[in-house]
This record gives sequence, structure tokens and C-alpha cells, in this order.
Amino acid sequence: MNEWLSASPLLVVSLAAVVALLVDALNPHSERVTYRFSLMALAIALIAAIATIPFRGVAFSSMLRTGGAPAVLDCVFAIGGILTILAARPYIAARNFEHDEFYTLVLYSTSGMMLIAHAQHLLILFIGIEVMSLSFYVLAGYFRQTISSVESALKYFLLGAFATGFFVFGIALVYSATGSLDFGGISNAITSQSLVLPSLLPIGIALIIVGLGFKVAVFPFHQWAPDVYDGAPTVVTGFMSTAGKAAALGAFIPLVLDIVPFKEQSIQTVLALSAAGTIIIGNVAAVVQRRIKRMLAYSSVAHAGYMLIGLAAANHRGLSAVIFYAAAYLFMQIGAFVVLAILERDVERSVELDDCAGLATQHPALAAAMALFMFSLAGIPPMAGFFGKYYLFTAAIEAGYTWLAIIGVLGSMVSVYYYIGVVVQMYFKEATAAPPTVDPTSVKRFPLVVSAVAVIVLGIVPSVLESLLSSFWK
Amino acid sequence: MAELIGLIVAFPLVGFLLIGLGGRRLGSEVRIGALASAAVGASFAVGVWLLVELLGRPAESRTLVLRLYPWITAGDFTAELAWRFDQLSALFVLIVTGVGFLIHVYAIGYMHGDRSFARFFAYLNLFIFMMLNLVLGDNLLVTFLGWEGVGLASYLLIGFWWDQQFEGVRIRWTGEAAMKAFVVNRIGDFGMLVAMFLLVLYAGTLRYDEIAGAVMAGTVIPPHIITLIALGLFLGCTGKSAQIPLAVWLPDAMAGPTPVSALIHAATMVTSGIFLISRMNVLFAASPDAMAVVAAVGIATAFFAATIGLVQTDIKKVLAYSTVSQLGYMFTALGVGAFTAGVFHVMTHAFFKALLFLGAGSVIHALHHEQNIERMGGLARYMPRTHWTFLVAALAIAGIFPLSGFFSKDEILWNAFIYGGPWLWAIGVVAAFCTAFYMFRLYFLVFHNSERFDHHHQPHESPAVMTIPFVVLAVLSAVGGFLGIPEALGGAAIPNVLEHWLEPIFAPGVAMLHRGSMHASHTLEYVLMGISLVIALAGIGLARAFYYRESTRPAALAERFRRVYRLLWHKYFLDEVYYALVVDPIYILSVRVLWRITDVGIVDGAVNGIARVVGDIGERVRRLQTGYAQSYAVLMMAGILVVVWYLASHTGGK
Repeated sequence: MNEWLSASPLLVVSLAAVVALLVDALNPHSERVTYRFSLMALAIALIAAIATIPFRGVAFSSMLRTGGAPAVLDCVFAIGGILTILAARPYIAARNFEHDEFYTLVLYSTSGMMLIAHAQHLLILFIGIEVMSLSFYVLAGYFRQTISSVESALKYFLLGAFATGFFVFGIALVYSATGSLDFGGISNAITSQSLVLPSLLPIGIALIIVGLGFKVAVFPFHQWAPDVYDGAPTVVTGFMSTAGKAAALGAFIPLVLDIVPFKEQSIQTVLALSAAGTIIIGNVAAVVQRRIKRMLAYSSVAHAGYMLIGLAAANHRGLSAVIFYAAAYLFMQIGAFVVLAILERDVERSVELDDCAGLATQHPALAAAMALFMFSLAGIPPMAGFFGKYYLFTAAIEAGYTWLAIIGVLGSMVSVYYYIGVVVQMYFKEATAAPPTVDPTSVKRFPLVVSAVAVIVLGIVPSVLESLLSSFWK
Repeated sequence: MAELIGLIVAFPLVGFLLIGLGGRRLGSEVRIGALASAAVGASFAVGVWLLVELLGRPAESRTLVLRLYPWITAGDFTAELAWRFDQLSALFVLIVTGVGFLIHVYAIGYMHGDRSFARFFAYLNLFIFMMLNLVLGDNLLVTFLGWEGVGLASYLLIGFWWDQQFEGVRIRWTGEAAMKAFVVNRIGDFGMLVAMFLLVLYAGTLRYDEIAGAVMAGTVIPPHIITLIALGLFLGCTGKSAQIPLAVWLPDAMAGPTPVSALIHAATMVTSGIFLISRMNVLFAASPDAMAVVAAVGIATAFFAATIGLVQTDIKKVLAYSTVSQLGYMFTALGVGAFTAGVFHVMTHAFFKALLFLGAGSVIHALHHEQNIERMGGLARYMPRTHWTFLVAALAIAGIFPLSGFFSKDEILWNAFIYGGPWLWAIGVVAAFCTAFYMFRLYFLVFHNSERFDHHHQPHESPAVMTIPFVVLAVLSAVGGFLGIPEALGGAAIPNVLEHWLEPIFAPGVAMLHRGSMHASHTLEYVLMGISLVIALAGIGLARAFYYRESTRPAALAERFRRVYRLLWHKYFLDEVYYALVVDPIYILSVRVLWRITDVGIVDGAVNGIARVVGDIGERVRRLQTGYAQSYAVLMMAGILVVVWYLASHTGGK
């Protein structure tokens, strides 16, 4: 396949982001145009991504990987972007803060994610991560008159810049050790034992893991995540904690597949220990939260830990499982955040558990959707979340990490407690306040319906996606 | 023919969807109740039809399997969405839909006037659908779907009257009781999941027949792994079937409406554990250690719960502990390899325990939601039908000849004696004495003795829609035992129908146990039977002496054995132990330790209270200025150093 065509999802989104910025520059306050344009661009990218899945290969002088897993991840990002934009419009409009840069920034961050997923070269990976992160910094501080939002952005930026420094330094060290920046070259240099400065290689790889680990928010680089996720605008958090996380995890996949030391026991051990720590911290901390958003922020840390299990397993089943889980997680987490965004009354005060009391009688459909997302996040069959965990844990056991699978199962048991807490409030408690004024427009309903249907469908026929993913590693 | 299995499962699902989505729009209460009952009744009818079909076949080909599509595939591993209708699942399907149907009908009367009448029946149908998946599953994954599904339905139904007060250890309202049931069950599920993972890893399959094949092949799964799998599954069973150590949720589950207690927490869902072990009998039989654990846990639970039942005053909690205790008997039977006896007791217990609960519900209904047996009494006069049917069920559970409970309990005790030893039998007999005593304590305090209830409302007999199910269940409780008449009583003339029917299911497991033909003398069996009958009569007699009329004897006895009484009244402090050992440590770890060590500000305003007092904005600014970002950076740096050091020193082979 033509390399332009095979990289089309990435190209469409990148180009659209630039165009959207230009439109904004020439014609300020063109929110409606940018909104529609961004949705259209992402929809085209989604179709292009689906179409390119079968054509696996490399493009642009081995800078990009195309087709296969990157294309599936493209779909995840594009869907995430579409759902976010759809949910965001009523949300930011209700707060009288709709500006066209919001949609442009979603496009930019999506193009960054796609770049990460397609990267076959460390510099491409770096550019992708920076494009995504810079957009996220701004999106997190989008409500620039709200102190929590600004704090969130500033914290994210400071710590992110700190982590980026190490990441770049890691790239430099790997380059000095191997004399190469693309994954194939690095791999060749290591297998042919033609290393320039062999002692620098492990340090370089360690720093790359640290840099990516920060973006995924895994233990011990997770501290920023709850604060940032809690402070950022709710729809943005939904996007950052799902698609953003999926992108950073996706960056690990070619490293695990191609770069020889990544198959080493010591790296697997680091990832496994980190996964265990992430699962424990995320779940235990989530138990005591009263604010649902902060609870979901901590649990999002825990979910990153589950996905890291698949990378620690470093087998094909594990890699498929990571992507499957990322897709499932996108729907259930964004769905939950869309519900939260609907329930939120003002920017400063986020939704507490008690605010959900009696939601089932006031807004049965909304409560049912939220309950569905909670059950799926808790990993209860037949929802998508159960099968994601099932795949991850079997991969770990296959790789000999039975203890890690057990920690994963124990962690998800703890998670039942706090997810079900939300359901208890909605179904088994009397409303204490007037019902939230839910705007019944179809635009708001659409992302919820899509997420709910996806969570169910991925649970009823998980093997369709799973067998597609496992075909990529042959 | 196998396609019909789909119908069995489909009817309750359709019922759930129709009632769940349609709700009140479907029309009157009667119409909704009739629709829900019809859905279950239709499943029962199809079940009977298929049973007749099976009966027409030779014993070795009495299995129908419906395969829909491959549910999950990973590499060469596949688990299908498939249902299996054979001798074992047929029995369970008929119990679930048959007793379920009667309880649906009863609930039409019991739930009359409830503001969420439609929602209740939608949940009930959802429960039946999930329970059918559990017992019909052709592989462990489908069963697990049902397993989780019935947990979900049970959760929704326990919390159905969520705004009611409910007394329990650290539980104040029914919603919390529902949550407790759900969370405790997840601990059991942990064992299930580990067992499933191990099966996939070692046997490469979750299909019951293939697992049995792998175990019988002898070399596929190492023996210690078999034990591990069996214990994992059994942990799941202790959750769902409320055995030690996970028995704590069932008494609190009584917060749900009484038909729910009868259907889910007595007759069907709680027997899932028995079903699973019966289904996997080959695997369990292959591990003598696991079997010993099952038997020990079973008999300990039977004893422990029966003693707690002696002193409880909430009518439903007495029945709940009774259920826990009876389930303990069933596990004892399975543990000594008497699979048929375990399943037999599932069946008879479903009849008489459902009846006891429905009778209790009728009493509660008549007394306007009074559940304390100390404020009842003399009701035999007002509620004759409830009284007579309740008496039949009480005699059955006490094990009085020739009611059903006599045969099934005696089968268990006999097998415990032969294969488990005299001690196992003796504990079982003591528990049987307690059973007879607490059951008739309840019976006399409710239906005889002086009238201690509030006379503002005259108690009244329940409507026919409620009492007709009593009569049906009473007949079944009385004659259900004739399906499993032991050889010692029936001889060659009256065959043990049940044992014959289930033989193809359990023969491989029994063969696995390598038992020579045990020819214990009939005389011994008669003697043991006689002893347990006398013990049961003694329990009833003692209860009559204490509780038939008002008497100071019970209070004097409680005073004399104050410590024992207190221990039993507080249920051996099991709940308190759990809170001290499990729940509180997690909380403390989260609130105190993690907060101080790494995640500064982990706990939001509601817990530490500072943010709210100082004011959200001021607090946030202060937090930023005091440099939380810097402290995060320092922690990150430490993490980076550890990772770099570890990889630099451990990465070899460059």
C-alpha cells in the first residue's frame, strides 16, 4: 500500500489540526465551524484507520509503523476524540466558555497520540509525546479562571517537563550506546554486539521507561495523576486518562517487541513490580474518596497498573490484552466522566457520592448507564472490563507472573467496593437535593449511548477484537 | 431438540427486558406479576419437556448441548457460549424454575401495593435468567457469568427496600447489607478466577467434560495444581453458599423482601456451590485434601450456624442460619464423596426451606412487618393454612420420618459415618438436634404460646395467591423424599430413583475415589437412623417444654450460661473479627499510612476535613505554594534512581 495512504489517519488529523488553527487565527469565534470540522476530521481518520488495519508495514524510511496495532490504536484515539468533543460542547457552553481552541487542542493531542502509536523511531516517539503532552497541559488549564484547573495544568506541566528531561536524556544515551535511533537499528546493534558504549544502554532504557511510565502514571511516577485528573475540566480528564494513557502504553509495544533488552527478565521485573505498586496504591487510595471524580482519578491509576501487567508479561497475549483493555477502558471511563459532566453543577464544586443519591428514581436512564460503567470498571461479567482483565491476567500467568495476576484480582476486588458505592447511592438512597437539571438533548445522549453499547458489545463478542489483535503478532 | 434449551434461558430474559423496560406501562400489578410468573413457568414447562425427552433415551446419551458461538478465543483456547442439559442440570433447572414459579406467584400477593412492583419482578426474572445460565453452562465461563449475574440480582434485591433500617454489625440500612453481600462474594470470586486461570493454563479448557477428561488422564494437571484449583473453586462456593469463612453475608441478606429470601437465599442461589462441586466431581474426587477440606468446612458450618440459630429472635435470621447450617450438611456430603446425597438434600431443602420462608413472610405480612418472634405467638388460630404448612416444613427439616428431610439428611449422616468416620457423624447429629430445637422454638413461639403481638391490627390469613404455593410446597416437602429412598428401607422393591438418575454424572468421580464396595450392615444403618430420629424428637420435645407455653425456663438457662449465650448471640463475633482483620486495615492503610508516606493529600476534603473548613480556594493556593509539586518531583527522582540503579546493575548479556 502507498505509504501516504497507509499513514492516512495520522496525516488527516495532523493536517486538520493545522487547518483548524488557521481558521481560528483568521476568523476568531468560529466555534461552530471548528466543532463540526474537528468531528468530521476525526470521523474521516476513524474510517481511514479501520481501512488501513490489514496493511501492516513501515513507511517514510522506517520512521513510522503502519497498519495493525497502530491502526487499531488510531481507532481508539479517534473514537475518544469524537466522544470527548461531543460531550464537551454542551459542557463548556453551559459554563459560557466555549472557544474554538478547545476542539483544535483535541485534534492536536489526537495527532500526538497517533504519532506515538505509529512511531518506529525514538525522535518520532518524542515528538508525538510532546505534541500530546503540550496539548494536554493547555486542556487541563482550559478553565483559566478556575483555580483548580490552573493548578492542575501548572502541576502537570512542571512535573511533565521534569519527566521529559529524563526521557530525552534516555534517548541520547541509547543513541550513544547503539548509534541508532530507529528501533530496527537499535535492535540490530544490540544483537550484532556492535555497541559503541555498552554501559550506557541500560541507563538509557531505564530513563525511557521512566519517561513513558510518567505519562502512563505508574508507580512510583503516579503522584501527579490524581491531582491533575481531579482539577482538569471533567470532559478533559475523561480524554486524558483514557486515550492519553492508551497512547503512552502503546509506545511500549514496539519497544517490547523490537528492542532486545526489553525482553530481559530485569525489565520485566521492573514493570511487574511497578504494576503491582500501581494497582495497590490506586485501589487502596480510591477506597476513601468521597468525590467521585477523585475516586475515578485514583482508580484510573489502578487501571494503568492492570494494563502494565500485559507489558510485564511481554508475550503476545499480553500485548493484545493491553490494547483490548485500552479500548474497553476508553468506553467505560469516558462514559462515566460524561455522566459526571452532566451531573456537575458548577466548575468549582465537583460531584460527591451523596450527590448521586436517588439518581435512579430521578433519571433512570442516566443512572442505569452509570451503573453499567461502574460494573464494567469493577470487572463484572459480561461487561467489557471483565474480559479485558481476564486477558491481562491470563497473559501474566502464561508468562509465569502468577503472583502479579493474583494482585490484579485482589486489586479489582477492592475496586468493587468503591465502584459499587456509587451504585448504592444511585439505587439505594433517597435523593437529598433537587434533581440535577439534565439536558435531554440528543447530542448529550449520543456519547453515553455509544459508550454503553460498546461496553456491552465488547462483553458479548470480545473474541472479535481479541482475535484481530492476536493476528498482528504473527 | 437441543435448541429448546435456548428457550428455557430466553423466557426469563424476555420477561426481564419487557418488565424492566415497560415498567408500569404494562398495566396492572396482576398483569405484570402474571407475565413474570408465566416467563418462569414457561421455562419450567420446557424443562419438563426436555426431561421427558431425556427419559426416553438410554442412560449414557442423556445429554443435550446447545452451542451458540465462541465467546472468547485466545490462541488455541476457546470458550463457547454453550448450555448443557443433562441429568444434573435438568434437576437444577426444574428446582430453579419450579420453586421459582411458586415464589413468583406468591410475590404477587406479597408485594401488592409496593411502589416499585414492576422493578421487583424484573429483578426476579433477571435472577432466574442468570441462575439458569449458572446451572446450564457447558463450561466454567458461562457458569461464571451466571455466578456473577445471580450475585448482581441478589444485590439489587437485598437492597430493594433501600430506605429501611436494618440492624447488623456496622450496618444500619438495607443498602449496606446489599453491599456487604456483594463485596464478600467477590472474595469468593477471587478463588474462582484463580481456579479458572489455572485450568486454562494447565488443561487449556474450561469445558466441564474436557476438564474431567484432563483430570482422568492423570498426567495433564499435576496433583498439587488439582488441589489448588479445587480449593479455589471451593473458596468461590463458600462465598455463594455462605460457608465458613464467608458465611457472614447471608444473615444480612435477610434485609431483602421475604420472597427474595425464599427464592435466592434459601432455595436456589445459595446451592450454587453444591452444583459447582457436583459438576466438577471428578476434579474434586482427584484431590483427597480438597475433599477433606470441603467435608470439614461443611460440618463445621453446619454446627456453627445451627448453634447460632438457637438464640436468634428475628424470624428470618433464624431461618437464614438454618440455611447456612443445612448447606453445611450438603457440603459434608460432597466432601465424603456422597455427591448424590448432597444433591438430594439440595432438592428437599429447596422445598421445605422455601416453604418456611414463605410462611415466615406470611406471618410478617399479617403482623405488619413485625419480625421479632418474641412479639408474636398464638397465630395458629388466626392463620390456619400458614400454620399447618409451616408445621409440615418444620417437621421435614427436623428430619421426622417419613417427610423428605428425613431421607436426605439421613443419607448424608450415613455417608458421613461410613466414609468420614464416627466423629463427623456425631457432630452432624448434634447439629441435627440443634436444628430440631431451634425450628420448633420458632414454631412454638410464633404459632403457640401467648399472644404477644400488638393487638391494634387483627392478624389475618394471607390471600389465596400466597397460600396456594404453600400447599404445593408442603406436598413436595412431605413426599419429595421418596425419590431417594435408601436401599436399607426400600430394598429391591422401591428403587432409589435419584441415585439411579444421577449415576452417569457421578460415576466417574466416585470411581476416582477408588472405593471398594463397602458392605456395611443394614443393622448399623437402622441403628443410626433410629438414633437420629430419637435425637430429632428430643429436640422437638425440649423446644415444646420450653416454649409451648410461657415459661421462665429459657431466661433462666440463658442466664446460667451467660457467656455461651453471648457468644452465640453475637454469632461468634465473626463480623467483628472481619472488620478488625480485613476492613479496618485497608482503611487505615489508605487514610493514615499512604497519606503520610507518599500521596500527600490523598484523602479529599470529606475525610480530612481541612479543605472544607479553610475554604476550597484558599486551601488549594496554599497547597500549591507549600510546594506539593516539588515534593512530588523529589519522590519521582527517588523512583528514577531506583529504576536506573536496578536496571544498570541487573541487565546482563549486552
